[in-house]
Amino acid sequence: MKINNKTMVTVAVGIGFAASMFACTPKKPSSAGGASVSKNAAEKVYVAPGKHDEFYSFLSGGFSGQLAVYGLPSGRLLRVIPVYSVNPENGYGFTEETKKMLNTSHGFVPWDDSHHPQLSLTDGKVDGRYVYINANNTPRIAKIDLKTFKTTEIIEIPNSGGNHGSPYLTENTEYLIASTRFSIPLPNKDVALDKMKEEVKGTISFIKFGKEEKMEVAFQLLVPGIDYDLASCGKGMSHGYCFLTSYNSEKASTLIEINASKNDKDLLAIVNWKKAEECVAAGKAKTVDGQHVHNELNEATHTATSTTIEKVKMLDIKDCDGVLYYAPVAKSPHGADVDPSGQYIIAGGKLAAQITAYDFNKIVKAIEDKKFSGDYDGVKVLDYESVLAGEVKKPCLGPLHTEFDGKGNAYTSCFVSSEVVKWKLGTWEVVDRIPTYYSLGHIMIPGSGSKQPWGKYLLAMNKITKDRYLPVGPELPQSAQLIDISGDKMEMLLDFPTVGEPHYAVGFEASLIKDKVKKIYTLEDNKHPFVARGEKEARVVREGNVVHVYGTAIRSHFMPDNIEGIKVGDTVYFHVTNLEQDWDIAHGFSIIGANTSELLLMPGETSTFKWTPSKPGIYPFYCTDFCSALHQEMQGYIRVSAPGSSTPLKFNQGK
Amino acid sequence: MNKKIIRILLLVSLIFLASTLILPLWDIAIFAPQYPEGLNLQIWLNKISGDLNNINILNHYVGMKAITPSDIPELVYFPKLIAGILVVGAVALAWPHLVSIGLYFLSFAAFSLFALYDFWKWEYDYGHNLSPDAPIKVPGMSYQPPLFGSETLLNISIYSYPAIGGWLMMVSFLAVLYVLYLRAKELWG
Repeated sequence: MKINNKTMVTVAVGIGFAASMFACTPKKPSSAGGASVSKNAAEKVYVAPGKHDEFYSFLSGGFSGQLAVYGLPSGRLLRVIPVYSVNPENGYGFTEETKKMLNTSHGFVPWDDSHHPQLSLTDGKVDGRYVYINANNTPRIAKIDLKTFKTTEIIEIPNSGGNHGSPYLTENTEYLIASTRFSIPLPNKDVALDKMKEEVKGTISFIKFGKEEKMEVAFQLLVPGIDYDLASCGKGMSHGYCFLTSYNSEKASTLIEINASKNDKDLLAIVNWKKAEECVAAGKAKTVDGQHVHNELNEATHTATSTTIEKVKMLDIKDCDGVLYYAPVAKSPHGADVDPSGQYIIAGGKLAAQITAYDFNKIVKAIEDKKFSGDYDGVKVLDYESVLAGEVKKPCLGPLHTEFDGKGNAYTSCFVSSEVVKWKLGTWEVVDRIPTYYSLGHIMIPGSGSKQPWGKYLLAMNKITKDRYLPVGPELPQSAQLIDISGDKMEMLLDFPTVGEPHYAVGFEASLIKDKVKKIYTLEDNKHPFVARGEKEARVVREGNVVHVYGTAIRSHFMPDNIEGIKVGDTVYFHVTNLEQDWDIAHGFSIIGANTSELLLMPGETSTFKWTPSKPGIYPFYCTDFCSALHQEMQGYIRVSAPGSSTPLKFNQGK
Repeated sequence: MNKKIIRILLLVSLIFLASTLILPLWDIAIFAPQYPEGLNLQIWLNKISGDLNNINILNHYVGMKAITPSDIPELVYFPKLIAGILVVGAVALAWPHLVSIGLYFLSFAAFSLFALYDFWKWEYDYGHNLSPDAPIKVPGMSYQPPLFGSETLLNISIYSYPAIGGWLMMVSFLAVLYVLYLRAKELWG
């Protein structure tokens, strides 16, 4: 309907002017896509060959279920760690040792949507021991060991309809918290969808991280059934509390886009977990059904075990006074971020173009003085003005997530307007802004979730790249952009494409761990039940229809490399031990027709490949990881005979 | 001599006006951070082309109605009105009297005024009648696109300018106006 015609306008001005108007016809605005990169930006991100990056950063892969490790400032991809996804590159989720890591109460789930990496903390500071990351789809939390950069533990979260707001840590890693995104009936049951409102509940789970550094679901809080989102736990003065944003206070279950966007304010959940601990200790929690699976990778046996736990402790917030309060928060908030001092909790209203800062001291006082503006499902809602530290007015469109540089500045990412806004804690004034390309989600300043951020760089993680890179079909890479925040003005230095969706990230100074990273597995410590610690231990053992090959790999041969007497109908396990004891000398193993993946064997590691030959013949196997000058010669043969044939079991090498 | 010029100008006017039946009249371009390549709408006498679907998807966030060409009666009757004006213009070309030229001018001018008003009215409704259920509500905000020129609404820059058919229509109109002036001068000195 923009039918129109503009005649009258130009009648007055004449053809000459009209012609000149052609110059004004729509053109690409000069700002779009033209990040002002200063001439020395390349120098600032250049890490010379042989030199190391200053920071490690860990970017979630989102729907790839992985965690990617990048060096900063170079943006170099160092490793992709499989967490919730099977990975043929190293056999994770395929080998007999690692398959169990992906067990859940729903069976084997070889995929997930992993969003929020978090770093282990000691005294509120990054300690470089572990990275944790959630599985959003089938609720789980994984632990990645920063000595090996391997996923070593995964625990399922029971009674959860989706593990989005997870895994946020308390300042000494006492607990990882995980909240339910989709509230569902608890215990889950068959309910008419239009009756959901009365039935749904939410849980906030407290995963204890014990002395043995193993995760367990210590207890769950039963809370009103709204959709819980991101969180942060307090530090310093606010230690003992966690803060979670939420949306859908309407409890809508259909057309959420509209029906959960009606209320002008949503709810910030304020959880006093020390109080919850007391109530649990006082026996106020009930033991309820909560089947969940706990998987661990044992470093000595190189093998994962899987345990199913049937029950869980659940504390109804009604049975524990003062454990949960709500505060009004700007519409559809996302991040809840506690500043390094622990005093301010920042939440942006995604649909409200406003950032709210709460003052922890005021929250405590408002609770003491009973300054409530109402209640929600029996939970007291604190009076907004009484807990407000300040508002950043009209900072941008779609404020999502705030990080801190440790110098009194906060940085908020804005999705709709695709920019980072820098503002001052205390005065709440915007002091700088920089565009990003495009549709910025989360941002990361190394160490920002801790008491001591390294406020040198900010990494922006963008959903859309459009014209940023060479096109690669309908699916384009997502991107990360490195911004220098060391000066008064933010400065764009670099952008680089990422693996999957770089949903969220954490980072820290590389010197914290780089000399502690494990180089080899010591052979003597290898307690794998099928290890062969030397070529003399290599052998083939038949147990009925099952054949175990205790194999070894070393530059540049396998032992044994000739095997006979395997029959169609056998199940053959190749347990291959890499005998090398030198850093970065890996071997691989695979066999023609493999139905799983290759093995990738680190020095001193044993890994198992299951093989069920389907036809008689000669089957070659070989090393898949280029290991040495004679890598191409690192190969062998297996003879497979027909079922019932009398070929004797034989194995040898070098005959 | 004047007669020849008048005939030529009238012929040019008619051809240019007729061209609007097959050329786009107006361009609207939209740029947002996540649309660096821009979204474009082209308005023709009888259709709307371009990224209509994407624009509708974007606009639903703030509760703007979807633009559905089949619901726009102007796309049906505007070409007929232009055809009618062309007939009047053809009469003026055959019989270039002040009366026929005046009629051509008046019908053309009336159509133009009406079309501009209609366009503005439509933009006003489009930008102001927002769904109360919109996910994003910015208090006091309306989203009326500019009739002519550029404007920034939230994070979106909107550019609204004539397209080739629009410019030809203006030239056509100026040609008639000039013919009318020549004819009038001839008659009344």
